[in-house]
Amino acid sequence: MEPVVRAEGLRHRYRRRDALAATTLDIPAGRIAGFIGPDGVGKSTLLGLIAGAKRCQTGTLQVLGGSMKSARHRRKVCPRIAFMPQGLGKNLYADLTVRENIDFFARLFGHGRRERSRRIGELLAATGLEAFGDRPAGKLSGGMRQKLGLCCALVHDPELLILDEPTTGVDPLSRRQFWQLIERLRAHRPEMTVLVATAYMEEAERFDWLIAMDAGTVLATGTPAQLKAQTGTDTIEGAFVALLPQSRGQRETLIVPPRRAADHETAIAARGLTRRFGDFTAVDHVSFDIQRGEIFGFVGSNGCGKTTTMKMLTGLLPATAGTATLFGKPIAAGGMRSRMRVGYMSQSFSLYTELTVRQNLDLHARLFHLPAASIAARTEHLVRQFGLEDWCDQLASSLPLGIRQRLSLAVAVVHQPDVLILDEPTSGVDPLARDLFWRLLVDLSRNAGVTIFVSTHFMNEAGRCDRVALMDSGRVLATGKPQELMEARSAQTLDEAFVSYLEQAKGKTPVPTAPALRENAKHSRSTFSLRRAFAYALRESLELLRDPIRLGFALAGTAFLMLIFGFGITTDVDSLSFAVLDRDNSFESRAYLGELRGSTYFIERPPIRDANDLQERLKSGTANVTIEIPPGFGRDMKRGRPVAISAWVDGSMPFRAETIHGYLEAAHRQFLADPAIHGNGQAASPPVVEVSLRFRYNQDFSSVYAMVPAQLALQLALIPAILMALAIVREKELGSIVNLYVTPVTRLEFLLGKQIPYVAVAMTNFAIMYLMALFIFGVPLKGSFSALLTGALVYVLATTAYGRVISAFTRTQIAALFGTAIMTVLPATMFSGMLTPVSSLSGIAAFSGRFFPMTYFLPISLGTFTKGLGFGDLAGHLLVLSLFFPVLTLLSLLLMRPQET
Amino acid sequence: MRPLSTIFWLSMKEVRSFLGDWVLVGLVIYTFSLAIIAQAQSNSQELRNASLGVVDEDGSALSHRIVAAFLPPYFKTPESVAQGDIDRLMNTGRYTFILDIPPHFQRDVAAGRAPVLQVLVDATAMMQAGIGAGYAQQIINTEVSDFVRHARSPGVPADLAARIAFNPNITTAWFTSVMGVITNVTMLGIILAGAAVVREREHGTMDHLLVMPVTPFEIAMAKVLGNAVVLTVAVGLSLSLVVRELLHVPIAGSIPLFMVGVAIYLFFAMSIGIFLATIARTMPQLGLLFMLVAIPLNMLSGANTPLESMPPLLRSVMETSPTTHFVSFAQAILYRGAGLELVWREFVDIAVAGVAFFALGLIRFRRVAVAS
Repeated sequence: MEPVVRAEGLRHRYRRRDALAATTLDIPAGRIAGFIGPDGVGKSTLLGLIAGAKRCQTGTLQVLGGSMKSARHRRKVCPRIAFMPQGLGKNLYADLTVRENIDFFARLFGHGRRERSRRIGELLAATGLEAFGDRPAGKLSGGMRQKLGLCCALVHDPELLILDEPTTGVDPLSRRQFWQLIERLRAHRPEMTVLVATAYMEEAERFDWLIAMDAGTVLATGTPAQLKAQTGTDTIEGAFVALLPQSRGQRETLIVPPRRAADHETAIAARGLTRRFGDFTAVDHVSFDIQRGEIFGFVGSNGCGKTTTMKMLTGLLPATAGTATLFGKPIAAGGMRSRMRVGYMSQSFSLYTELTVRQNLDLHARLFHLPAASIAARTEHLVRQFGLEDWCDQLASSLPLGIRQRLSLAVAVVHQPDVLILDEPTSGVDPLARDLFWRLLVDLSRNAGVTIFVSTHFMNEAGRCDRVALMDSGRVLATGKPQELMEARSAQTLDEAFVSYLEQAKGKTPVPTAPALRENAKHSRSTFSLRRAFAYALRESLELLRDPIRLGFALAGTAFLMLIFGFGITTDVDSLSFAVLDRDNSFESRAYLGELRGSTYFIERPPIRDANDLQERLKSGTANVTIEIPPGFGRDMKRGRPVAISAWVDGSMPFRAETIHGYLEAAHRQFLADPAIHGNGQAASPPVVEVSLRFRYNQDFSSVYAMVPAQLALQLALIPAILMALAIVREKELGSIVNLYVTPVTRLEFLLGKQIPYVAVAMTNFAIMYLMALFIFGVPLKGSFSALLTGALVYVLATTAYGRVISAFTRTQIAALFGTAIMTVLPATMFSGMLTPVSSLSGIAAFSGRFFPMTYFLPISLGTFTKGLGFGDLAGHLLVLSLFFPVLTLLSLLLMRPQET
Repeated sequence: MRPLSTIFWLSMKEVRSFLGDWVLVGLVIYTFSLAIIAQAQSNSQELRNASLGVVDEDGSALSHRIVAAFLPPYFKTPESVAQGDIDRLMNTGRYTFILDIPPHFQRDVAAGRAPVLQVLVDATAMMQAGIGAGYAQQIINTEVSDFVRHARSPGVPADLAARIAFNPNITTAWFTSVMGVITNVTMLGIILAGAAVVREREHGTMDHLLVMPVTPFEIAMAKVLGNAVVLTVAVGLSLSLVVRELLHVPIAGSIPLFMVGVAIYLFFAMSIGIFLATIARTMPQLGLLFMLVAIPLNMLSGANTPLESMPPLLRSVMETSPTTHFVSFAQAILYRGAGLELVWREFVDIAVAGVAFFALGLIRFRRVAVAS
């Protein structure tokens, strides 16, 4: 039989590190092939490459009879491959229900409506999820989420099923059910190949074929029996450790020395500890005592309440009911003394990933106020004790998980605490690293007398604890020494004992039936499928609708900003302050000032005392303009001698200065034309010309008529672009972008599908703002509504596409948001004709303006509102505007990567 | 002593985190350099290159003389337009101004009949329309008076010598470049501090901090300090290198005094950022909140349009805004050379607002810092 995967010299690098050294490998078809090995050795990389999620760099990789380097082949085979990435439910959508999630994937693979509902029914029945069809994926337990992931992967009957650590963090009962399900599936479809990476060595026993990996290389391949025979060991775990190069292997098995039973002081005590979130009870009356120096284990699946309990014990979360004490003292939020005695390692090893190993250690030492002189020595000691010598100057973000875990522990013990609270410190880490880690724990417990409270979902780790508590759904099922618990359920292993306790608690679950998967769906090979684009549009809309905060902002935000700007930005300058230094104080000077005092534009401030005061007034901004009338002004006027009035205008805001200047000139002309001042029979010279100013479109020259249509254009550029950019980068950040890489959906379908809901939101914004213009601002529409509507639609297509282009450059949501805001606000307010006509711009400003869609929509908005225009007059602008969408779409296609690098 | 050391080391961490995110670094550099230069090139505040069409139905020496008086840089070279095209050209926004000189204009002026010369103004061009109309009026009046003076010579009895203080040529770049820096301070101040809090919460490192002997006050203070240092340096560099050296904008007052003000204002802006971060649960929510807060603060602060022109109610609201005080003292120090004696009140007002928001943020901090 032709191998399903054939790799030759396949190599993959991240920045400077080799994630996968040149690998040559054939994987036979029709088997369950398991990838085992430490974390960060290239298992996920290899699976990602096989699934087509990652781009092949060097070497060749044939999957299902073709090269994965060829985009055509990838498109051809992706409907035959299913990929479940690492991290439970990473490719699922937390806001969507179970049914909607499966439906989304079914649409991507081109199933029709009836076919979809049939398959969803079958898959839900097969996985026992029928009762939870309408529950959001985010509210499922780990085991259910993993089953849902499997449903989504199986919805298109793949020939090659790729599961990257599918059972990590799931309780033993669910894990057992999961493998039963896979086995039944394979019984129905023996031709299906399953590739699995796993962290549980005991699971590897049941696979047909194994690939042992270390440090980016394949150590050995073969059936479990072959590997065990080859190394002369009787477990896969043993075989794996034996296969490792001499330098890495620590062959002796870990034996936990018994406790010296002398110490019976209670370190941690919990009594009826309860925590509720709304109507959900995360921890339900949990009680236990932990003695000093004891290793106490908390065992259970993800989401069973382990983390919440631990957070209450650290004082992070207040308990809803019950008490917890640390060395006899109640644990209160904010108590500083107890914090010096506790070291905490949170789930997912939260470290400052932007700092190096040494910087992390140093920072924590400083925060615990270790004496400055001892910090260097302590850091050095920890580096040696935890074997971090080779990683000291690496950023924490670039560390393999196992190293990160050791660093996290090092950071937690930097202040030599009495109690260590470790929340799943070993999840996702390989057996060797786990052993190493446990050696450190045992050393701390037995030699330093540190009390260790550790949670885990690995049963062999639970077996090493002095005592364990088995937890499920917020309750402790049983507490005791591992041996006692096994005896109590007459079980061979702790795992079995736990399963037995779980079954007792939950009642026997009916054995689900395997889905009867039949014919393959017709996969649309066309370059563009409306159905797939629509699947994305539908999903995005559902997510948006379920996030009332985002939706509320999206809808009310524009209205709020429109209100603020519409009223706030006006260019009708009035209430200008002026102050006078009248050195003449004659009839004429008062008449002159009367022109200003009578003006509605000016407000007079107290008179100026002297030249110094005049300077001060301008400096402090208490007068926008100062007028100085020279002595003898009236006398000279009468005699017809030339006199000059001196005015100083505050130039710190040029527009205001220009306007004041204009007002002054007008008042001055009016004064000259006033016959009363030319008392001595000298008639005012008659005007030689009448300049008639006609303000078109806006007779009373009130800025609201220009500003409101401009706001419409501005707001439609801003929020839709930002929402769009966020929507795409969010997928990158959360990891669901992988669905774009491994399903038949194309980049164009993805982009357009995601754009549709935001165009709809933007058009709703348009409707709201249009009504606000009419009824709140009283700006009537004089021109064609249909021209405005068409323009708005073409415009929001362009602005959302603009946000999409920006999203291609950014990796994090925050950068997307910030980038989009800056790239939008500036051209929108400055270069698009809102304040300065485009015809007057030059340089970068003119250039930027030309490539920003608002430049072309503003004339449409202004034209229809104030100029009374229709399609005929605006055709040119509409035409240019309509070019943005295709050009920007093309640009995002070019910028977007079809695979992960 | 202990809190100080904690704050110091956490602030160092903030600076390192910032420098590690090259996208953020790039954006900060861009906003303080290229974006400032681009804003300086816009002429939104003054009359520059206004487009002008002329319908000359007279074709006389006087009409030529008037048209020739519309000069760059205020006006683009006037273009001749046919009477029938006026509506179309104004509708499409081709010209902001159109001058209509009637037939027999010169003859009527000479005869003292005071003929009407029409200036059509596109009133939708808010900034230019008003200023340009005034300019046009003055140019026409001057030209016609000069023309008439050859025949009769009435002396001008009084002259208005209006001078513009602090910015004699009314150069927009002087205004927009400095205001651009100021707008950046508000935007970046809020977002950097807010994002730093949300990021720690999303990555779970906030839990970590809170189980250490570190108080919310120290965490929040470190966020403010660390990011404030970064931004203060950026503002200083931008003002001295970009604004002063590259754009040749003279700075009248003391840059150190201004930097003290910036530091005080940053405390306020970052307190707002932290406060918003305690309301938002995710980064996108923070972003949307940010838009709704930062944009009005900036746009209505007097850095874009004069405060004097707002409706009275809005104006009195905005006069209490620290951003408005910031813009006001920035203009006072940088343009008008004001000293501490003129701006200390505003420093105090901003500091008080900063303390208030910082306290609000702290009250909410612990309650929401722990990811549930």
